[in-house]
Amino acid sequence: MTMTRLSSLAAGARDTVPMLVGAAPFGVIYGTLVTAGPLAPWQGQLMSLSVYAGSSQFIALGLVAGHAGLAVIWLTTFIVNLRHMLYAATLLPHVAHLPARWRWLLGFLLTDETFAVMAGYYARHPKAPLGHWYFLGSALAMYGNWQLWTLVGLLFGAAFPQLQSLGLDFAMVATFIAIVVPQLASLPHLAAALAAGAVALIGQDLPYKLGLMAAVLVGVAVGLALTRWRARGLARQEEAA
Amino acid sequence: MTNTIMILGMSAVTVFLKAALFIAGDRITFPPLLKEALGFVPVTVLTAIIVPMALAPNGEGLELTWRNPQLVGSIAAILVCVATGRQLLTIVVALATFFFWQLGVLG
Repeated sequence: MTMTRLSSLAAGARDTVPMLVGAAPFGVIYGTLVTAGPLAPWQGQLMSLSVYAGSSQFIALGLVAGHAGLAVIWLTTFIVNLRHMLYAATLLPHVAHLPARWRWLLGFLLTDETFAVMAGYYARHPKAPLGHWYFLGSALAMYGNWQLWTLVGLLFGAAFPQLQSLGLDFAMVATFIAIVVPQLASLPHLAAALAAGAVALIGQDLPYKLGLMAAVLVGVAVGLALTRWRARGLARQEEAA
Repeated sequence: MTNTIMILGMSAVTVFLKAALFIAGDRITFPPLLKEALGFVPVTVLTAIIVPMALAPNGEGLELTWRNPQLVGSIAAILVCVATGRQLLTIVVALATFFFWQLGVLG
């Protein structure tokens, strides 16, 4: 039994490896930016440890450097990280049965990448009894990775210029494609994804991830509308038959 | 001191957004329409994150050209994934194509 838990944990971490590669340069860049700004290095690490949400950490650095007030920073954090609530709502049916300490832990560790890995996992194994161990494996790997590369950036950031031009974040794109494509088997899901992609592209310059939220709203609406429309078409066919 | 308070406040906001629904657990039941809507969240959000990264990787408008390694690698990923349905193979081929394109073809 212990072995099975361990192997689920390991499998979750293993399936997250490309995401670790993709997140690494951002951790280093974040750490480097901290050393160039008004935060003390330990505060930069504290933010990675306690906030643990990359985009909002970058944005906060920018706001602190621009002398924004606390309320502005906290409200911005709320808007930028709102998508996590959507992730939690989507994954909730798979974790609702777990003890409270598990739900706290998995909730705290939720990120874009772990959500992607878990959405793919639950699509393939909807009833996996040890899914939460797999979840934990993926989440702990991401968390450890983020702490490590934050620290590397804090200590040696200046030694890695041009890190962004390597294009390591393409590992995230490749992994997301491998997760999403198998879920596009139905017309409503395909149309929802295409609509979301188009809106995201149009709205990519909007601040605070608002383009992303708009893309999800439009995509979901398209998916729901098509599902309704197809159901009505089927009902009409049955009446005719 | 203010910065530490700022960080802890950000943490409280973020932990709330991430964990509140998980903590509520069984006490929350979503109406059927919302459940159906949430079924579309993974494909929409994941697609919305990567489409700009692949089609406009430098944030300077669309780059629909063979000189865009993110686009070439993404097309390779989609083809392999549709053809084989194998996740690891998809990622490996996509990364190999991307780096070959970036370093070999364009480098």
